[in-house]
Amino acid sequence: MALSNSISNIFGVSPVKPLQNHMAEAIKCVGHLEDFLEATFQENWDAASTVFEQISADEQSADKLKKQFRMHMPKSLFMPVSRGDLLSIITQQDNIANLTKDICGIILGRQMVIPKQLQGDFIGFSDCSAETCRKAHGAINELDELLETGFAGSEVKFVQKLIRELATQEQKVDKKEQKLRKKLFNIEANLSPIDVIFMYNIIDQIGGLADTAELIGNQVELLLAK
Amino acid sequence: MDFFTEYGAILIITAALVGFFMAWGVGANDVANAMGTSVGSKALTIRQAILIAMVFEFAGAYLAGGEVTSTIRKGIVDSAIFVDRPNDLVFGMLSALLAAGCWLMVASFMGWPVSTTHSIVGAIVGFAAVGVSVDAVNWGKVGTIVASWLVSPIMAGTISFLLFRSVQKLILLQDDPFTKAKRYIPIYMFFVGFLIAMVTILKGLKHVLKDNGASLSFLESAGIASIAGIVVAMIGSYLLTRIKRDMSLEEDNRFANVERVFAVLMIFTACSMAFAHGSNDVANAVGPLAAVVSIVSSGGDIAANTTMPPWILLLGGGGIVVGLATYGFKVMGTIGRKITELTPSRGFAAELGAAATVVIASGTGLPISTTHTLVGAVLGVGLARGIGAINLRMVGSIFLSWLVTLPAGAGLCIIFFFMFKAAFGQ
Repeated sequence: MALSNSISNIFGVSPVKPLQNHMAEAIKCVGHLEDFLEATFQENWDAASTVFEQISADEQSADKLKKQFRMHMPKSLFMPVSRGDLLSIITQQDNIANLTKDICGIILGRQMVIPKQLQGDFIGFSDCSAETCRKAHGAINELDELLETGFAGSEVKFVQKLIRELATQEQKVDKKEQKLRKKLFNIEANLSPIDVIFMYNIIDQIGGLADTAELIGNQVELLLAK
Repeated sequence: MDFFTEYGAILIITAALVGFFMAWGVGANDVANAMGTSVGSKALTIRQAILIAMVFEFAGAYLAGGEVTSTIRKGIVDSAIFVDRPNDLVFGMLSALLAAGCWLMVASFMGWPVSTTHSIVGAIVGFAAVGVSVDAVNWGKVGTIVASWLVSPIMAGTISFLLFRSVQKLILLQDDPFTKAKRYIPIYMFFVGFLIAMVTILKGLKHVLKDNGASLSFLESAGIASIAGIVVAMIGSYLLTRIKRDMSLEEDNRFANVERVFAVLMIFTACSMAFAHGSNDVANAVGPLAAVVSIVSSGGDIAANTTMPPWILLLGGGGIVVGLATYGFKVMGTIGRKITELTPSRGFAAELGAAATVVIASGTGLPISTTHTLVGAVLGVGLARGIGAINLRMVGSIFLSWLVTLPAGAGLCIIFFFMFKAAFGQ
């Protein structure tokens, strides 16, 4: 017996859990970044491409989750947060996965080795950027608690604190980026110009991961404001 | 009148059979909407929900179903018009029952939106206005009923909104929501007990007391209802002491244990919902039957102010219970499985808001749609930013369903009405 008048039909799928699942998948990509870079530092390209395959797989499953999420977001949904905000959050989350894959793809494709004297700073910079993404994940993970409290009270303050920490972390990434660029600039004359161009490009994209994470934080803040 | 002595028994038996079928339909189909929220939020298993529904639907129907039944029986039509033609009223009421019953069956199998309240009211208005004369309808009363269809979801939404806001303030936004939940939830349980007791005393026991020559003032009633509320709160508090905080649940969601406390409250609100539903919806099944019985037993004297025999409400309550036992558990399972997004802290607010509204409507004798009221209540919680996602398109189609149901019930009823008249050669 079909039940089109059933009360159950009025409940849509809550966007929170799918959004969190997608973020978890995107963060998996970022989590592989350190292993990948360590492998390239040792010029172990087999190991690097194994890690890259992992990243590609995670990026693809994040992509699938994103598509599903969008399919379940018809305009007729009435939600405690704006549909537009949610859709831009998931786009940014997806960008984290995409960026990570692009970064590793270029390094692997060009078999790019970061000069020995920069490696320490480089890994520090990339870890710092990955940490920014993890902080964004932390904020996204609070969305179910936010929904439970109806977006009010101490939970809001707690999430605001998380977002402040996220912003501070992003500033750290910026500082490390400047330092790394300067060091690269000092030795760039000794390197192949094409390699150098791509190195700047990679540094830029790793910094971009942190920027994207901060954008997610800003979007979550918008959810709180309404 | 010979007509009634000749055909009285068959008329009453037909009406009783169709009325029982309607009550069966209410139990099989409608109750699931009222109780599905409790099953979906995992506060109750299907078996528990069925047991609660059986007891409280029956209690609601028997103890507080009289007012709405009386509205359906003699409030919608203008009795004065029928004094000279009681046969028409009997045919009309029988047709209304048949029409609503058929519509309920067809629409259920086709998956169309059904509302027993709207189909029975539409049917009665239909036969009276078209089959007899436009003046045969008590338009003032019908206007009030239609207005109540608009007001009830809004009222339920407002109550649920405020209930959820109070839960936020008292419990969810506090530093230690688990302890606060255990402290404040008995207050809500008190309201549940008070509500059911008050309606039972004012509407159900009134007649019993009158027969015994006793009566209670409003204050006395409120006092007894308060005592009932306190007893319910004490039972609830005892159940709450058995909920121990399980930290392993809080890794994923810090409110997991708080929700377990609310799940206990939801057992109580589910009882109130079943009671409210029984008190309002039983009339859809037995209201026309009550009319037929009263006219036939008085030999066609419409003006005679006969009291409704208790077996009518018993039949209605019994039909609901049989419907639950034979088919309702299936529908409840289906609906419960689909409502997974509603946690007990929201489900209770929606249920209590809806139950309060429906019970008040039952007390004033207004037939309203429990489903619509509950949808309004859910929207109220949603407006308090309490629910992840509500599908507004479905909300719209549920509310629009009565626009379809009214003419369908009316049209079918008019056809049956003229068929009856022809069959009995009148």
